[in-house]
Amino acid sequence: MKVLIIAEHDNQHIKSETLNTISAGKQLSENIDLLIVGYNCESVVKTASTLDSVKSIKVADNSIYEHQLAENVSKLIAKIAPNYSHILFPATSKGKDILPRVAALLDVNALSDVTEIVSENTFKRPIYAGNAIATVLNEDTIKLLSIRASSFDPALVTNNEANIEALGDEFASINTQLVSNELSQSDRPELTSAQIVVSGGRGLGSAENFDLVYKLAEKLNAAVGASRAAVDSGYVSNDMQVGQTGKIVAPDAYFAIGISGAIQHLAGMKDSKIIVAINKDEEAPIFQVADYGLVADLFDVLPELTAKL
Amino acid sequence: MKALVAIKRVVDYNVRVRVKSDHSDVDISNAKMSINPFCEIAVEEAVRLKEQGIVSEIVVVSIGEAEVQEQIRAALAMGADRGILIETSENLTSLSVAKLLTKVVSNEEPEIIILGKQAIDSDNNQTCQMLAALCDYPQATFASKVTVNGNSSVVVEREVDGGLQTLSMTLPAIISTDLRLNTPRFVKLPDVMKAKKKPITKTTPEEMGINIDSNITLLGVEPPSERSPGILVGSVDELLECLRTQSVL
Repeated sequence: MKVLIIAEHDNQHIKSETLNTISAGKQLSENIDLLIVGYNCESVVKTASTLDSVKSIKVADNSIYEHQLAENVSKLIAKIAPNYSHILFPATSKGKDILPRVAALLDVNALSDVTEIVSENTFKRPIYAGNAIATVLNEDTIKLLSIRASSFDPALVTNNEANIEALGDEFASINTQLVSNELSQSDRPELTSAQIVVSGGRGLGSAENFDLVYKLAEKLNAAVGASRAAVDSGYVSNDMQVGQTGKIVAPDAYFAIGISGAIQHLAGMKDSKIIVAINKDEEAPIFQVADYGLVADLFDVLPELTAKL
Repeated sequence: MKALVAIKRVVDYNVRVRVKSDHSDVDISNAKMSINPFCEIAVEEAVRLKEQGIVSEIVVVSIGEAEVQEQIRAALAMGADRGILIETSENLTSLSVAKLLTKVVSNEEPEIIILGKQAIDSDNNQTCQMLAALCDYPQATFASKVTVNGNSSVVVEREVDGGLQTLSMTLPAIISTDLRLNTPRFVKLPDVMKAKKKPITKTTPEEMGINIDSNITLLGVEPPSERSPGILVGSVDELLECLRTQSVL
């Protein structure tokens, strides 16, 4: 069996989800190739070549791949796919955008958000917002899987030195062009890989009040997340949304502040090791999943908690 | 310009789904069924494009058993013009759905195709991307804003992991909707009555000549792992004590 992992990166740094996906790949085979598609991405290649278990890195470094658009990247992956039994992509927004397009080009199915590898053809994945876990048999000739990073430990950096091969295939994106990227800049840890996450919900009431969440997060060196309600109300940007259709996180500790705990939010954080809930409504569903619940007004509690840390 | 919108009938998003005791599947026997929330947003977007004079006809298509007509009627009541029901009682993979929709696209030749980004039952998030591949059309997934330019292109703002990305695509193009693209309208009774007169054509995968067999088999379904019950603490000090004991701090 031979596994291809598609790296998630921004042309500068490899993203942590790639490391979790490599670990998933290791469960299938020791024979792992990594594909890096981008532009001026030498530093990504350099970091990747030291990762545990990666035997060979295929690099497609070309200005036409700079923004990793589905239209052309999918064709590149489909071209090299027949060499592999399994193709894994982290279930990031890019992975979700590209992998199914590859699958259709190959006339195979894709399995989204795989959380467990049972065998080389049997996988588990969440359905109904994680209220059920499906075990699925995949008998396609090539298995395409997007991997839920939070379900796998990250691969280690070792003394590995992978073999690097440049791919010359040029597939231009003809019908799709990038107009702009508006990406959030933050010094805080990344939401999907942080050990502690502090999330705010509708209870905060305004973007200004979210300052209380940021201050607590700073003390804890935590990432900051939010419920859908907080994003819809404009308190924070969309990339902070945790939930069924937002980010999936499983940190060591998750603080849910002023979040009621709707099914769709729980889907994004209920695998956290420890859940702390602060909400003034004792009936809030969040208390049913919390390890520690404090029924109190967050405007009283947050400043006190931050001060005492 | 013609818009094609594909919708799915799913368990209502408020229902807390349970697994059957034999673990063969989920139990949705008495569950309330609705139009998938993302699909409803897709219909709403098409209707807004029609109200802006950009789209002149909206065709809505859905796949499933006869009851799916309820959701097609709901879409017609929102403002779609006609419906297509592809009748089957099989559980289809996204690839099979995409193959059926490719045939519809080839018959209807829409300039703009809008789908919901994922169905809240399967949570696959694949059909738009697969349909785009099979039609060889450009795709913009997770759309939070759609702007059509004349007859030839569409600009789509998308929600991505790091924030927002804006793409421009030539038409015909395929878009999948994200939560914040719009808020679907409530339908009023007169629109529901008008919708009863709008046509729904019926067909089947066999009639369309599409093979919907797949290499995916559902082996079983289990409930997620349960969390042990937690405790309520009475103060910040108590909380800090608990967190220290757990080595969180």
